Amino acid sequence: MAAASDHQSLDPASGLTSGLWSALVRLIDVPMRGVQALIGQRNMPYMFLLPNLAFFGLFVFVPLVIDVWFSVTGGSALFLGQRPYVGNQQYGYLFDCGSYLNPSSCREDHFWRGVQNTLVFTFFQVTMMVLFSLLTALVLNMKIRGRGFFRAVFFFPVLLSPVVVALIWKWILQRDGLLNAGLTSLGGQKILFFVDPSWAMFWAIFVSIWAHMGFYTLILLAGLQAIPADLYEAAEMDATPVSRVLWRITLPLLWPNLLVVLVLSLIKAVQTFDEVFVLTGGGPGSATLLIVQYIYETAFANQVQNFGLASAASVVLGVVLFVLTLIQLALTQRSKNA
Amino acid sequence: MSVVEALSRTRGGKRLHWTDYAAYGYLVLGVFLMFGPVVWLALSSFKTQASLLEFPPTLLPMSQKEAVVSGYDKPLPLFTVTLPDGSKKLMGQVRRVGLQAQMVDPNAPDKPINVAIGQRQPIRELAFATSNYTDPLRQFAFTRYLGNSVFVTIVATIITLLINSMAAFALSIYEFPGRNAAMVGIIGTLMIPITVILVPVYLVVTSLGLINSLWAVILPGAATPTGVFLLRQYMMTLPRDLIEAARMDKASEWQIYARIVLPLSLPALAVLAIFSVMWRWNEFLWPLAVLTKSESYTLQIGLNAFQGELQVQWQYLLAMTVLTLIPVSLVFVFLQRFITTGIANTGLK
Repeated sequence: MAAASDHQSLDPASGLTSGLWSALVRLIDVPMRGVQALIGQRNMPYMFLLPNLAFFGLFVFVPLVIDVWFSVTGGSALFLGQRPYVGNQQYGYLFDCGSYLNPSSCREDHFWRGVQNTLVFTFFQVTMMVLFSLLTALVLNMKIRGRGFFRAVFFFPVLLSPVVVALIWKWILQRDGLLNAGLTSLGGQKILFFVDPSWAMFWAIFVSIWAHMGFYTLILLAGLQAIPADLYEAAEMDATPVSRVLWRITLPLLWPNLLVVLVLSLIKAVQTFDEVFVLTGGGPGSATLLIVQYIYETAFANQVQNFGLASAASVVLGVVLFVLTLIQLALTQRSKNA
Repeated sequence: MSVVEALSRTRGGKRLHWTDYAAYGYLVLGVFLMFGPVVWLALSSFKTQASLLEFPPTLLPMSQKEAVVSGYDKPLPLFTVTLPDGSKKLMGQVRRVGLQAQMVDPNAPDKPINVAIGQRQPIRELAFATSNYTDPLRQFAFTRYLGNSVFVTIVATIITLLINSMAAFALSIYEFPGRNAAMVGIIGTLMIPITVILVPVYLVVTSLGLINSLWAVILPGAATPTGVFLLRQYMMTLPRDLIEAARMDKASEWQIYARIVLPLSLPALAVLAIFSVMWRWNEFLWPLAVLTKSESYTLQIGLNAFQGELQVQWQYLLAMTVLTLIPVSLVFVFLQRFITTGIANTGLK
């Protein structure tokens, strides 16, 4: 890595890039010196911050304000000037329900189905994924041959794109796919996994865990490796049983990391869209429709683009995420201080 | 020494505990579950359309053996035929009519005989249908999607590296009024993912006239809080004397950034570059919302559109999926160490 900055580098390619780079630096230096003379050295940090903050402003902070504005206006126009103010009507539509437990009784039944599905999805996805990540991290933390290889294996799916992940599993789970071949060879019947609502939800959760657990395993493994080894040596000398070591040493010391992983995976799970959308398309019917898919479809994919309703739903989602993120930051801060 | 004993020895010379056996069992199962589906995808992608429709599927891509028989224009599929006298013979099939098939002996092509279809077994051989890979390159816009994805990934990564390193430089080297406010603002963006501001970012991008342009995909995610903090953490560890010395030599602040801090931060920049490439290559929701014309599709959007068609052409879809995961797999093989340490250090994906 450091060789690239080495001017005596023998590699002609890196010589060329560093030559280009220094030419570019010299070229930009002319106006930059002008700027520095104009605003003074003291104010140069603002100049360096400017591009980044401009991007954040244009694509995060301004949109955040517009999001709220969209949610209190109606019509199907995209530009703000053409949208009539409707007050909290959009929120009224979203929350207009006979019974919150029964999405069919709601004016926006898809929104509530999305909420319901997201709750179910998040609950099972997060608990099972944290459990399996923890188990995998514990196993990988043992003195095992080929540990680097096994760690890499569990991490591999994390790098795959959600579309690729979904297509891999769609191919396995399809009617004449590998899994049904296995089932029939064991004397069972073929199952149409994406026609049965419960199976579709099960596989949405399973595939999502498959794709992401490697990431959380890695964080937990880092936490496990930070536990002082002498604690384990002392336990071994006292011939402490494995289960006791786990409950009395490992888990209590891993607890801060576990909390962070829990909240982090919660934040991600609530926003799940990509792999489930490609895998099931939200179906059958709306059995695996998650809240982000509702927002996406309301704004972009439906015949009538309802930006106001989509924004109102995303503001609701934003509030939930805001609370979750505050909890996460507090936990991270506490585990850093501890 | 028995085999079990030899295998169960550890480096320390101690015998394995039952937990070790359980651990290895778990890990081997994990290898099957994590790698198996990808291997199955890769194997399937070399099957012909006909053998993809077979049930139960074969593990390896098999297809029927064919041979050229004199007197026939096309190569004939080969079968093992059980003749009435009980002997078996290798024959080519000329045509099939209902339950009867007209078969011919390749060595005696002028005397075709009729055989009941139950009396013949296809001869199969291992064959890789590479046309699954070459056809989409010619017939579909696959190369276009690939080009778009490469363009987005490279340009976005360059912009990300540049603007985030500039911000990290300002936040790590200088003390200035408003620094904390800027930090809080940047951390704050962590709480506002694209899922929350999908519609208004679409408005911003439309106002800039970028709809259906690849810049609409590149720009909104270019500034990232993860990037700023990853780089800032690294830059804070750089020695300050170097910077002071450069100022003595009348270096401008820009030169300090570009000539001193940036080259010294290469390890951190490399980690951010890898992350950025992965993010951009795999990005889905935002491009899906903003790219509506197929000529501006990225690979991921193209793949999704292709799988959503009424008649899914699995033989091409599988091959394109394999092509899509190759770059990421290369990153995995060569740069996995950077990514894993990056995640372990920052806890961010």
